[in-house]
Amino acid sequence: MMLDDFMVRAALAGLGVALAAAPLGSFVVWRRMAYFGDATAHAAILGVAMALAFSISVFVGALAMSLIMATTVSTLSGRGFAMDTMLGVLAHSALAFGLVAVSFLSGVRIDLMAYLFGDILAVSRGDLLVIWGGAALVLSLLAWRWQALLTTTLSPDLAWSAGIDPRREQLVLTLALAVVVAVAIKVVGVLLIAAMLIVPAAAARPLATTPERMAAIATLIAGGSALGGLQLSFHADTPTGPTIVCVAALIFAATALIGSGLRHLGQASD
Amino acid sequence: MRLIETKGLSVRFGRTTVLSNVSLALDRGEIVTIVGPNGSGKSTLLRALIGAQKPARGEIIRRPGLRIGYVPQKLHIDPTLPLTVTRFLSLPRRHPTEATRAALEQAGLPDLRDRQMADLSGGQFQRVLLARALLEKPDLLILDEATQGLDQPGSAAFYRRIEEVRRELNCGVLMVSHELHVVMSASDRVICLNGHICCEGHPEVVAQAEEYRAIFGTGTQGALALYRHEHNHAHDHDHDHNHDHDHDHKHSHEAAE
Repeated sequence: MMLDDFMVRAALAGLGVALAAAPLGSFVVWRRMAYFGDATAHAAILGVAMALAFSISVFVGALAMSLIMATTVSTLSGRGFAMDTMLGVLAHSALAFGLVAVSFLSGVRIDLMAYLFGDILAVSRGDLLVIWGGAALVLSLLAWRWQALLTTTLSPDLAWSAGIDPRREQLVLTLALAVVVAVAIKVVGVLLIAAMLIVPAAAARPLATTPERMAAIATLIAGGSALGGLQLSFHADTPTGPTIVCVAALIFAATALIGSGLRHLGQASD
Repeated sequence: MRLIETKGLSVRFGRTTVLSNVSLALDRGEIVTIVGPNGSGKSTLLRALIGAQKPARGEIIRRPGLRIGYVPQKLHIDPTLPLTVTRFLSLPRRHPTEATRAALEQAGLPDLRDRQMADLSGGQFQRVLLARALLEKPDLLILDEATQGLDQPGSAAFYRRIEEVRRELNCGVLMVSHELHVVMSASDRVICLNGHICCEGHPEVVAQAEEYRAIFGTGTQGALALYRHEHNHAHDHDHDHNHDHDHDHKHSHEAAE
């Protein structure tokens, strides 16, 4: 059976996360929610600690904590707080509390590194089911609300005038973000989830002319980074999650160069 | 039934009352303009009408199924968001390619279909914003300072287009503007707003009103005459304003800007 091979399971896990993270990441970039993604991801480690303490599924714990954090941030952002400060406080406190909480768990041998940086090579069949289920949920949410999300992103007033409630669309994104964080822990770990959201989308920007193309190109880049990073880490014996992000970052550098080249060409022909 | 109606509408930001007791109504085929100084609550009133701003008191009654075409004052497009003109026209609802093509032709911008929104000039951008609103075939067109940043001929052309649109779609038009002289000649009714409705009515009646003059001065009177030559300064004698009747039109026109 193909799924018996840990490399095949790892590849499928990476692709599943890429499929969900890249289109959602495009919205994170367009709406300038990068820090928001960080805060949500960092809160997940606290969820992991609680899940282990109460012996419930790590996925459920991380999802619950991410949801709480994402909703909190989302609510606060509507109330005129200094958001960058607020997010900085929340993101890092959540991480710190999470790490301290994990240290209390005596008797449970936890490889903390596995949650901070992911452990894609240890993905089980059950994990695969969760990852692909989560990815399918996020993709259907985004596809269903795509036009409304895009209108809201462009201008909340434009959305209101068309009978779209921007607050509901924000909730959709918040929900999707929490799901992506929960399924991505195993693959890239809480510290690098935000990178999987933002780097592929940012790398796709210079090559795209429409939002849809940007999301599609970002998905290809994320998928390519996952597979490439996996191969590289296998041969070079490097940690897999960080290697995946490194590959994505190199692609970002390449497209940024191509993008500035294209702009110069455009100016020369004008 | 009226297209849209407000009854005793009040809006508060924290403890500040921005709008108090605003009652107005709009019918099909009417062009109504809201004028008022900065901070008079014009944009807040429009945002309340589209549902973006909750009233503290009073009510807003929209005709069931009312389609609103909204042209915002400005629209910031984040540089990270790639968006062609054609794609923008298909928000919030998708339209067939022929429809967006026709809309751009009507706006006089047939060659810009694949252009990025960020690369448009101010005038082109405004025309695309209007074209998008019109694709929805609105019952009510709402424009917030839509000619900001356009030069004189540009904004005159823009208002002529609004009149055409009103005829074609038989929609109601509600706009906010500070270009009093143009607005006065292009509107059926003017509402003068300053936290509350100071006065309203036919443009020439409003221009004569004490409340209006208290806010805008009498300089705009001459500007109005510049655009409506049939209008006669003799009206002024009905008022005990002691302003200079000999001012030249060009000068007061500039004063109105």
